[in-house]
Amino acid sequence: MKNDIVHISDRPPAIKRYQSWIEEMDSNKKKKLKTSLLAWGLILPGFIFLTLFTLYPIAKSLYLSFFRIDLSVSTPEFIGLKNYTDLLKDDVFKQAFMNNILIALFTIPTSIALAVAMAIFANKVRVGKSLIRVAYFYPTILPMVAVANIWLFIYTPIYGIIGYLDPSLRILGNPDTALWAIIIMLIWKQAGYVMVFYLSGLQGISRELYEAAELDGAKPITIFHKITWPLLKPTTIYVAIISLTNAYKVVDHLYIMTKGGPGNATNMLLFYIYQVGFDFWDTGKADTMTVVLIAMLLLITAIWFFSQDKRTFYG
Amino acid sequence: MIKSQDMNHPYKLDISKTIVYGLMYVLAIIYLIPLIWMLRTAFIHPDMAIDLFSLSWPTLANLKRVLLAAPFGQYYLNTIIMVVATLLVQFVLITMAGYAFARLDFWGKNLLFMLFLMQLMITPDVLIMPNYSFMGQIGLIDTKLGVILPFFASGMGTFLMRQTIKTIPYELEEAAKMDGCRLPRMLLQIYVPLLKPVYIAFGLISASYQWNNFLWPLVMINSVNKRPLTVGLAIFAMSFETGAQWSDVCAATLIVIAPLLVLFLFFQRQFIESFAQSGIK
Repeated sequence: MKNDIVHISDRPPAIKRYQSWIEEMDSNKKKKLKTSLLAWGLILPGFIFLTLFTLYPIAKSLYLSFFRIDLSVSTPEFIGLKNYTDLLKDDVFKQAFMNNILIALFTIPTSIALAVAMAIFANKVRVGKSLIRVAYFYPTILPMVAVANIWLFIYTPIYGIIGYLDPSLRILGNPDTALWAIIIMLIWKQAGYVMVFYLSGLQGISRELYEAAELDGAKPITIFHKITWPLLKPTTIYVAIISLTNAYKVVDHLYIMTKGGPGNATNMLLFYIYQVGFDFWDTGKADTMTVVLIAMLLLITAIWFFSQDKRTFYG
Repeated sequence: MIKSQDMNHPYKLDISKTIVYGLMYVLAIIYLIPLIWMLRTAFIHPDMAIDLFSLSWPTLANLKRVLLAAPFGQYYLNTIIMVVATLLVQFVLITMAGYAFARLDFWGKNLLFMLFLMQLMITPDVLIMPNYSFMGQIGLIDTKLGVILPFFASGMGTFLMRQTIKTIPYELEEAAKMDGCRLPRMLLQIYVPLLKPVYIAFGLISASYQWNNFLWPLVMINSVNKRPLTVGLAIFAMSFETGAQWSDVCAATLIVIAPLLVLFLFFQRQFIESFAQSGIK
């Protein structure tokens, strides 16, 4: 080792520096290679499952959406964009697509408004605090299938609670009211879940702000408008995104309550995929709609990233 | 502050506050009505179930009849097996991947992490069609393994792990390395005990997700004795056409949700905090 040092110091200084730089880079690279191998080894098991059941299926749907695959053809037949142009002519698809948007449009703002009220109340209330939290939150942990059973009962003509109020009402049987009945149930199921995020959002707001505002004699509405709501904005953005994706994913209730009916008045994209793929075995069409669904979810994700950038931008 | 409270609150009755509080209590009652009504109908004599306000002495006959009519015990077992198996695999995989993303600097890190995060949005059950045909190719249709396999990798779990491991002081790891502790032992003896809160939080979220999952097991499972609770309940409920058997449907629903409700009542705070932790902000 001593020899080595003498050997290097015998060389001209420029080369010496260059050589030690190379050596350093080499050892850095080797170290990075070693860490990379270790890291890849640690991630690989999870990544295999991620690839097999999330990444590969996305690519596969995209690929198969250019083929005709149903019971009428023995082998997949390349048809280009025909599946997509067919979708544009499919009234059920259009209806399901619109229903998804309507459901998101009406459940999300209502759930958020309810959830904010719930969170503030659950934070402040003294009498029955624990019961209040349980009452608001318990629908979240119930399976959608069980919730659908209970609400189907509520909406049943004559026997149900609604039927009791007016025996002539057939809420789920009438295309004009069925979607609204579903929306009300979705709000009931979702608001408590949203409340949880606002509860933790409220905990992040400094008490001193409220004390200062109270000293100034600010009214509760002013305090909410000027302090609480602006400071909860990050929570609101997050919750809106999560609810938006859920509006596309939650369809279990349709199986129990309406099967997408009457006349597709309550159908949704994912449930229509299920019907087309597993009732009609039109795989090509189901794959095409899966691509549309993925595109919608990715669009929402993109909006999320965009809104996050803006938030950091404005501080 | 004390002054303002003394001045404002005890003497001046705030009318708008009273109204708002009253409304929020009413909302809580409205929220509880579906549950209370379901409980009533589950324990009432079937003949009286259809009359909205009638009450009878509680009877266990409905529960008994339902348990004899469909193998809910088997459904329970299936659901528990699937939930526990999924959780165990997820815990191992998210700990390993979460550690790598939090502590190691390596090629392709950002891209890989993005791909894991994508699974937060595009969950495997959205990919019901391509996943089903893939399961057909590898011969796993109508198996419990086939139902849970797509959920072994968890973007959310990996993310939660990474975030939490980043908050653990690196000095702990360095000290262990000085003592000659190698990675597997270090993960097990240093990190795993410190990560207990994440296991509980993610465990509760993931378990309720799997417990409640419906559409995917519905298409995957054909055999009655392999059905999870949700599928069993749905098919049991669908077998009735009229409102006459509402007490049976309510009893079956109660059988399915009772353990969740009991767990929730006991670990209320834990549940609410766990769901809040899943928030990525």
